[in-house]
Amino acid sequence: MRKLALDDEILLSIEKPARYIGNEVNSIMKNKNEVDIRFAMCFPDVYEIGMSHLGIQILYDMFNRRDDVWCERVYSPWTDLDTIMRKEGIPLFALESQDPIREFDFLGITIQFEMCYTNILQILELSQIPLHSCDRAENDPIVIGGGPCVYNPEPLAEFFDLFYIGEGETVYDELLDTYKKCRAEGSTRTEFLEQAARIEGIYVPSFYDAEYNEDGTLRSFIPNNICAPASVKKQVVMDVTDTVYPMKPVVPFIKATQDRVVLEIQRGCTRGCRFCQAGMIYRPTRGRNVKRLKEYAKTMLTNTGHEEISLSSLSSSDYSDLKELVMFLIDEFKEKAINISLPSLRIDAFSLDVMSKVQDIRKSSLTFAPEAGSQRMRNVINKGLTEEDIMGGASQAFEGGWTKVKLYFMLGLPTETEEDMKEIAHLCEKVARKYYEIPKDQRNGKCQITASSSFFVPKPFTPFQWAPMCTAEEYTRRAHLVNDEFKAQLNRKSLKYNWHDANVTVLEGIMARGDRRIGKVIEEAYRLGCLFDSWTESFRDDLWEKAFLNTGIEKEFYTLRTRDKNELFPWDFIDTGVSRKFLRKEWERAMNAEVTPNCREHCSGCGASKFGGGVCYEGKN
Amino acid sequence: MKARIKFRKYGALRFIGHLDVMRFFQKVMRRAEIPIAFTGGYSPHMIMSFASPLGIGLTSDGEYFDIELTEAIDSKTAVKRMNEVSIEGIEIISFRKIPDDKKQTGMTILAGADYLVSVRKGALPSDWKEQFSKFMSQPEIQVIKQTKRSERMVDIRALIDSWEIRDEQIYLLLAAGSSENLKPDLVMETFLKYANISDDVRFFYHRLEMYADESGNGERKLIPLENLGEEICMNSKTDL
Repeated sequence: MRKLALDDEILLSIEKPARYIGNEVNSIMKNKNEVDIRFAMCFPDVYEIGMSHLGIQILYDMFNRRDDVWCERVYSPWTDLDTIMRKEGIPLFALESQDPIREFDFLGITIQFEMCYTNILQILELSQIPLHSCDRAENDPIVIGGGPCVYNPEPLAEFFDLFYIGEGETVYDELLDTYKKCRAEGSTRTEFLEQAARIEGIYVPSFYDAEYNEDGTLRSFIPNNICAPASVKKQVVMDVTDTVYPMKPVVPFIKATQDRVVLEIQRGCTRGCRFCQAGMIYRPTRGRNVKRLKEYAKTMLTNTGHEEISLSSLSSSDYSDLKELVMFLIDEFKEKAINISLPSLRIDAFSLDVMSKVQDIRKSSLTFAPEAGSQRMRNVINKGLTEEDIMGGASQAFEGGWTKVKLYFMLGLPTETEEDMKEIAHLCEKVARKYYEIPKDQRNGKCQITASSSFFVPKPFTPFQWAPMCTAEEYTRRAHLVNDEFKAQLNRKSLKYNWHDANVTVLEGIMARGDRRIGKVIEEAYRLGCLFDSWTESFRDDLWEKAFLNTGIEKEFYTLRTRDKNELFPWDFIDTGVSRKFLRKEWERAMNAEVTPNCREHCSGCGASKFGGGVCYEGKN
Repeated sequence: MKARIKFRKYGALRFIGHLDVMRFFQKVMRRAEIPIAFTGGYSPHMIMSFASPLGIGLTSDGEYFDIELTEAIDSKTAVKRMNEVSIEGIEIISFRKIPDDKKQTGMTILAGADYLVSVRKGALPSDWKEQFSKFMSQPEIQVIKQTKRSERMVDIRALIDSWEIRDEQIYLLLAAGSSENLKPDLVMETFLKYANISDDVRFFYHRLEMYADESGNGERKLIPLENLGEEICMNSKTDL
């Protein structure tokens, strides 16, 4: 039997000990003496969040298919265990073998959102690995980062040896083979990094020097090692059907956020919303073969025993064979009491019909994401959803028996006026009125319209990468303005409005478009005690404030500036396939509130066609 | 048709709580393709009821739950299939047909459970065995028992069917079920107080078996829940 890293007394004194014992169904055990490479795969948040992430399940499966690699998992210890580990000097361990992470060859960290950056430092420190890559010794694990945040890895540059830019399915094998070869040849850590830097998509931050202008902007970003390319190419897997997919995902004991089979139907999105980073960096849109997806659904449900299956994509309604797939799932699994969950569907006759089959109308709510209240604002962000679409969808939904509607908005978008803000409340009011147009004897009591707004964060590689942000005070003022407008509506009792925390937004914005100098702030905030910043209960804005003060770094430089057309960005060395010229053109169209058609309607020449497949070549065989 | 399933819980699985064990078995049913029945309604769920939840930290050789089947399945086949899709730490021991009568569910007929209590060597004073015998020889042991709604005085001595010191362990056979239920930790906490031993001593509890009372006349005659069911043999049927 495995010996657990934590003794019984500790496990019985902490919340949810199941987070730390491994041994789940479909987790992979190997003999450590029979593998060449030990890889610890980390999601730097608590187990229930990390276990819900599809990307890790894909890579875990892909790595473990290799006989020479044993990939294990590790998540952030919750604050209760964190305290005990520090006090007793217990090193962070992997779930499967329960062995210390510092004994591994690689520590891979997926970086899904900016507010996990202090958790990354916790992982390193508890693993007893030096925080800075330059302080690491020959036998320390190679620390590699991946995920959407590495499209601007610069704030984390000092803490990582390598970054993998793009989709994991393509060059990991090459990287692992290179590592094996280097070790067999007795190469040094630096020699390995040099070899790795030659692999397409791999970025070694220590091989680049950043210099700054007097005004603080980036002057130059150039390789200081001949092995490092000037530009690092994003990785995409072009054949999404014949690539790896985990048929036996790990099934947690405790309820994870995503406690179901996840079927990824497509990558990328054809819509081109100007605020959306995923819609730009995952171009071109690629759909999986529907026949294959049906087989996957069956096999994965059998192998996991899950009672729910969910489709995953950025915009499911744009998947070409959606109807066929959804009908199959209903016919095949409804009888077996399997729930079918269909997120990110556009509300129309088809989706309403399907949803009435798979969910309890009385309990469920319908979700719209207009993102902005006024049509002008929606044109600016290129959200191709009109008021007619929303009213038509809502009206059909109400007739179908739904009474709960959720609407998602963003505040603080470029060019936003007070009128645009107030339109959020007006739009929700119109939806409520639509409901009350139904004769009283035909409706189900009151309706419940819930609007939520987040504050807009400009992200690298989007047309809005040049956009200024607001101060936290200004965001809050705008939210209150919207809230007051809600209170002035006739149907205010059927309307509810929530908004996010403005301080977190500002910080997220700094991390998203930060440069190497931001690393100091992250480290200082962590030293001061910041951890689990994405959790409202543990977010400490006062400590972050202090961290900026102590390091002398000015927030406003990163948030309030409108960046110059020609400014060199810290992330410009990455080649995502989508050209800066296209992004700039989109920025200019946004300023004129001009809509750009989606990829299927008309190709706008973003540059992603150079990958040679996907939506760019549809119907052009 | 109803079936009773007996399983063992050991090793790292002692850190998985009761609700998660239930979720685990729901998924086992699907993976092993056991023909379990569902409730009707908009969100059907499996008809499955556990005899008595086991707390976090405890191991057991005798856990039970009853399920409703839509068709018969051979006992040996069911046990084999379930173990094939189980994990280290949960082992299915038996799968037996029980009467359809509602009064026969494990939860209803449960009357007793026995435990082995162990403690790290040296954690208790050297004379603990004498002390424990003295503790048990009291005619009654009054304890304030807290329930969700109230507090009441209970004589826990009357709820201890039998006890024994086995080397460095204590064997306890305790009343269990919906009318009277005594957990072994309450016995040990009370003992620590009685013997004036600091309450930071940590015991480990292992449940051995769960019992029903067969006598029906107050004179308790406990038999394992498993013995109330019978093996389902499908192979012999097809042979005929």
